[in-house]
Formats: sequence, structure tokens, C-alpha cells
Amino acid sequence: MLPQAKTKIRNPKSRAMLLAALYIAQEQYGWLSEQAIQRVAERLGLTPGQVYSTASFYTMFKLKPQGQYRIQVCEGLSCYLIGGAEPVIDFIKKRLDITNGGTSPDGKFSLEIVQCLAACDLAPAIKINDELYGNITDEKIDQLMAELSSKE
Amino acid sequence: MFEPVLTQNIHRPDSEKISTYLANGGYEAARLALTQYAPQELIDMVKRSGLRGRGGAGFPAGVKWGFMPKDANIQKILAVNTDEGEPGTFKDRQIVECDPHQIIEGVIIASYAVGANRAYVYIRGEFFLGVKRWIKAIADAYEREFLGKNIFGAGFDLDISVHRGAGAYICGEETAMIESLEGKPGNPRLKPPYPAQVGLFGLPTLVHNIETLACIKHIVQRGPEWFAGIGTAESKGPKIFSVSGHVNRPGNYELPLGTPLSEIIFEHAGGIRDGKRLKAVIPGGASTPVLTADQADTLMAFETLEKAGSQLGTGAIIVMDETTCMVEAARRIAKFFAHESCGRCVPCRIGSVRLFETLERIEGGKGTPNDIDYALYLAENIDGRTFCPMGAALVNPARSTIQKFPEEYQYHITNKTCWVNRH
Repeated sequence: MLPQAKTKIRNPKSRAMLLAALYIAQEQYGWLSEQAIQRVAERLGLTPGQVYSTASFYTMFKLKPQGQYRIQVCEGLSCYLIGGAEPVIDFIKKRLDITNGGTSPDGKFSLEIVQCLAACDLAPAIKINDELYGNITDEKIDQLMAELSSKE
Repeated sequence: MFEPVLTQNIHRPDSEKISTYLANGGYEAARLALTQYAPQELIDMVKRSGLRGRGGAGFPAGVKWGFMPKDANIQKILAVNTDEGEPGTFKDRQIVECDPHQIIEGVIIASYAVGANRAYVYIRGEFFLGVKRWIKAIADAYEREFLGKNIFGAGFDLDISVHRGAGAYICGEETAMIESLEGKPGNPRLKPPYPAQVGLFGLPTLVHNIETLACIKHIVQRGPEWFAGIGTAESKGPKIFSVSGHVNRPGNYELPLGTPLSEIIFEHAGGIRDGKRLKAVIPGGASTPVLTADQADTLMAFETLEKAGSQLGTGAIIVMDETTCMVEAARRIAKFFAHESCGRCVPCRIGSVRLFETLERIEGGKGTPNDIDYALYLAENIDGRTFCPMGAALVNPARSTIQKFPEEYQYHITNKTCWVNRH
């Protein structure tokens, strides 16, 4: 039995806004703490469980504190073929004294290994926060880290 | 010499701006469609063109339009899939970043044809520039009254909004995308009912990949016969091929469906880097079975690739030269799928991880003689036994590399090291 299609969208605003609301909360709090989840739930009239279930499903929602600059290294096949992934990851780990999933002691950088960034033509590719960087080399990373380290 | 159609604007300066688009005949196809054609005529037109979906499954677009209920009292929705995540694929990113109005024009025509007054764009969370380009393009289209009330005076209303995903490959699957648009985890729904019957918010929903939508305006403008005149018997029209890996010129190449794989690799993408030899190709994104160098003359079309034991998928060509370890390539893709399994059903949730672990064992020189059979056994028990098509997808890289490069797997197990480093 198919449910009868309704002529009006039911409850169009509340739960469908959840991903957008989580982005806003993450922007404000830096990460999605219990408090942030609670607040989103209250604002949208959802249970904290409903909010947490969505927040924990998506990799871009962070359930623990993050560095000011989130470095995301692609480990996809195309990046690997062009010398990316592990060599790039190892270089950044050493350069910033950081582990995968960890944050540097000064709270400035965090490192994350991610799946294909759809930038295979620019392999190897990394992202720092929302910015995409292609054709990455050790020198390029060095330069980027130096620039970001000196920023306030 | 084939003249690009879908990518004809992307190299112009400021190609993403509405002024550039309008200066090159933009929105004329939508005007024509809404003022000169009845919705059913457009559906027939797209059926005659032979256009098949460009998001991976290759379902005939016109047939999908025909599935939407005709009752004007039922509210309908168009969902626009920009959740490009198949490793190797980067065509949608380029279209959205460089020519978003071409897609909006397709959205207007498709919405009018199926009677949808509301369109939802879903875009991958990682595509930050793409999100910005979508939002700006939609705002500009509203300002020129190509969106909103009474478009082109044809009495047709359409509203569009943009929704950002948040990092989940599975949300490219149409029902998972719908769940995500509703604010839930991206777990695929059982089909049937198909989205054309029960989709977003329970309403009939037409879901299209953006490359499919980009084809629409050209079909209206140049006619379905022109579109059907390009390609092969079962694969019509132009297609954007994303080429990456060991080639001299990685990038997107728009060519007729049915172009030989070898022509794309050696002519358009400039051949193999550093004068090396071609070893293997993944022709349609990470979920499609690998082809050997001997199969490089295969035509890039739905039916020809199927005959060759693979799939067209998204048309993402990953090229691997003789230095590539096929066990490592399969392991890497298996890791991707283990990470991206949504966890809803057991064969995929557990199977993807076991498959990855097995390949990792073999690759790392810890494999036992039974491991190859075990990997095939896992593949057998995942394929066709999962809730959504991801199960069939995730076994392809492992199974096809074991079938085509068995000596490399054997070498890894016997010698605890890699075949490509054997000299």
C-alpha cells in the first residue's frame, strides 16, 4: 500500500532545517558539544536524540573540539596514484607534531584523513577549512602552514 | 571533430555569471519550452532524445519524467543531485562552479514538464565554492524573474533552495539524499515505492544528477534528433569524462558517448605519464570493475562497457600505469566503501569492513592462502544482498582485480611483498 501523496508539505520547516542548523551551531560553538546539540533540539522542536543521530552520521559535523585550521587530506585512489595520501599525511604529521584526528598543542591545527574531494584532476588535493588546494607538494604545504601559523 | 556542448561556456572569463550566460543565449531554451511547448511534448521530446541519467545508474530520463503523476492537484518536487562523491569523479563540481545557470535552465524546463513548483538542490558539504555559486546563481535568476511567480508569463511558478550535505557518500543515492534533505541520517529507503511516487516529504519527486539536467536545454534548443544522433545505439548524447591518475593531462573531457577509452586516455588526456605503459583502467568511478590494458579499445558507452564486464557509472576514468599495485588500488577503494557504508544493513556494514581487512592483510604481506577465496566469498555474499546498490558497488574493485590480476594477489601471499617491486 502506498501512502497517499499529500497536497501540502507537512511540517516543512523544522526537521528539514536540521543540517543547516547544525552548521550554524558548529560555526558558533566551534564544534557540536552536548550543549550545542541541546540548543539545536530546543530551537527546532526535536529531541536531542534526533539531533544527535543526524549529527553523528555526517563526517563534517564535529563532536569534539577542532583546531582553528582543519587540514583534510584526501586518501582517494587518484590522489594516491599521484604521490598523495600517506606521504602528504606523514609530512603534515611531522611538520605540525600532530596525529590523525588530533589537534596541535597550540590548538591551531587539526588533521583529518578524508575520502575523495572530487578534485582528482588536481591530485594530490587537500582542504584547509573550506578552501581547496590542489597539486600539493611538501614545499606548498610548508608555505601554507607558515602563512597560517603567523595569522592570528 | 566534436564541438563541446555541456562545457562550451566553462572556459569563458566569468563563466559563472548570469551576464556571461545571457550574452551567450542563456535562458532562451527555457523561454522556448515554457511558451511554445506543452509539458507532455517536452516529456516526449526527452524520451525521443534517448537521454539516460548521468549520475551512475543510466536510467532513461524521459521514462522517469513519465512516472511522475499527471494530476495537477498533487504537489510535486524536483530534487537536484549535486552530491558528487564517487572517487575519480569531478565533473559536477566543475559544472556547478563554472556554469550553474545551465543547470538552473534545465531545472526550470524539467520542473515545468513534470509540474513541480518546488525544487531542492542538494550539494555535497565539501563543495564550498559550489554552494556559493549555486546560491548566487539562484539569486540572480530570481532577480531576472527566471524563477519565482509566472515565469516567462507562462503561468508557471517555481521556487528553488539550496541544501548542503555534510559529508556522506551514500547521500548520492536518491532515497538517501531525500532522507538527508528531510534532516535525517542518510539511510536509503526501500524501493518501491520509488521517489516518483513517494519522495521528499512524501510527495512525488523527480531526482536528477546535474549533468543530466544540463543536457535538457540543449535537447530543447537543438532538438531530440540532434541529441539522439550523437553516441551509440543505447547511449545517446555528449558526456563529460573525468580523467585522473597516471595521465599527462588529467581533467574533464566532453565527448560523444561511445568514444573509445584509448582515444580519451592517449589523445585527449595526453597519454601515460613519464612514458610508462598502461596497466589498468577503472572506467566509471571507483565502484566500477577494472579493465585491463588489452581492453582499452572498449567504447565508453553503457552497453559496450557492460559487455566488457564493467560499467559506465559516472564516466570517471582512473588510469593506472605499470607501477601500480592492483592489490593496493583495491584495498584503498575497499577502505573508502568500509568508511562510507551507512550501517543500515548487515552485509554492507560488516561485509565492507571484512573485505577491507582481508585486502589489507594481503597487501601488507600477512595474507594466508585462503584469503583470496575468502575475499571472493565475501563479495558473493554482499553483492545483491544489500538494501541499496552500494553492496553491488563495493565488491567490484576487489572482485575484478582478483579476476584480472590473480598473479599479483598470489605473489603478495607467497612472497609477502608487492608484485610491482619484484625486480
